[in-house]
Amino acid sequence: MSDPAPEPADATALRADGLSHAYGDRWVLRDVSLGLDEGQTLAVLGSNGAGKSTLLRILATLLRPTEGGVEVLGCELPREAWKVRGRIGLLGHQPLLYRDLDARENLHFHARLFALPGGGEERAAELLERVGLSHRASTRVDEMSAGMIRRLAVCRALLHEPDLLILDEPLANLDPAGVEEVAPLLGPAPGRTRVLVTHDVDAALAEADRVLGLERDGRVAFALPVGEVDAERARRVYSERAGAR
Amino acid sequence: MTRPSPSTAAVARAILAKDLRVELRTLQSVPAMLLFATTVFVIFRFGLDRTRLDGGLAAGVLLVTILFAALLAINRIFVAEREQGGFEAIRLAPADATALFFAKAAALLVYLAVLELFALPVFWLFFLDSGAGLAPLVPVLLLLDIALAVTGALISPMATNSRARDLIGPLILLPLLIPAMIAAAGAGQHLLAAGGVSYEQFGTWLAVLGLYDLVFLLIGWAAFDFLIED
Repeated sequence: MSDPAPEPADATALRADGLSHAYGDRWVLRDVSLGLDEGQTLAVLGSNGAGKSTLLRILATLLRPTEGGVEVLGCELPREAWKVRGRIGLLGHQPLLYRDLDARENLHFHARLFALPGGGEERAAELLERVGLSHRASTRVDEMSAGMIRRLAVCRALLHEPDLLILDEPLANLDPAGVEEVAPLLGPAPGRTRVLVTHDVDAALAEADRVLGLERDGRVAFALPVGEVDAERARRVYSERAGAR
Repeated sequence: MTRPSPSTAAVARAILAKDLRVELRTLQSVPAMLLFATTVFVIFRFGLDRTRLDGGLAAGVLLVTILFAALLAINRIFVAEREQGGFEAIRLAPADATALFFAKAAALLVYLAVLELFALPVFWLFFLDSGAGLAPLVPVLLLLDIALAVTGALISPMATNSRARDLIGPLILLPLLIPAMIAAAGAGQHLLAAGGVSYEQFGTWLAVLGLYDLVFLLIGWAAFDFLIED
């Protein structure tokens, strides 16, 4: 048997072709096509209700697309979702943490779900230290502030060192000190592909390699390399008239 | 980075340990079940105006009390997964989702065992002359508990995902449980008969209960992944 062919340097991490999704008869995402290479960052811009979170849920294998094809880390969804689960880190609006468990117990539980060696204790301790929660490791989530819960959710999303990081307004609820601690953890890293939803256009353009703009009706306004999108054009997806058809 | 996936048993153990830890910490389900069972026994005692029960009536009072106490736990068993993102967290992991089904069924089984450790002596005290029928009733209750736990873990996520979960759960679950209740009552009525313990058709009813458990375990194993898909 011959050796497998070496992977190309810029393998495709994400590919969507005509991706659409409807809740009942209400279409929230229409005909989205995009591509992203491994190690790159895709910024997703759009006003509330433009389908950004739905897109993220589809990419995270949590939602089946109604129409169109999507491939994540070389696996076609939803058919091969089982192959890619465990390689995705999702930081969404919900922290995915149990309120009646403390920080350490929550991370230990997630480490067991991902079969991390040693119950993930070392990794959990390192992450808690990095986000400034070491001294709160035994505090129950229902006794934490929104900012602390967000920091713990960051630890949860990074615990298994995912290849694809899906971030939905990752710095929400954080004070400036929190942003300073957490932002480097969520930033670009070797081999890490990121999908970032944010309303901060300047930050998106600074961090991204490609930018996807969604109109209010879920259609694609633009899907371009970051060099071809200026801030004014990016902000246009938030205007009242965008998507009015 | 690709890592080996955890086994279904390992994930089920993790979820079960988490559930038992949360229950010990919050005491949300088991104390409510104990209080409910005691209250129902008191209601039956004064409602039927009888201090002693036997046969089918004794079995019926005991089994119906256990069934409705179980509904309290079944209604709550997936609430944390729904409200705190447990469904999503588990589906993001490289884990077989049926681990969640087995873990929840095991947790319900533990809750029911604790309930019965408490409820059987109270039932004896309230309604029975002799406790001779209670020991042979244990395998019947064990198989009934498995039936309640397995069907509960199967139906509860569907109910939890609907707005009317308190209504939908029992509406789907109670008809499904009729065969198990008939079998348990059939075995139990002879064990609690007035003339002493009788093993008439005991083996047959146990076999029916065992078959019921096996069928719903297999259905849960096959269908659970589909049930929790968004």
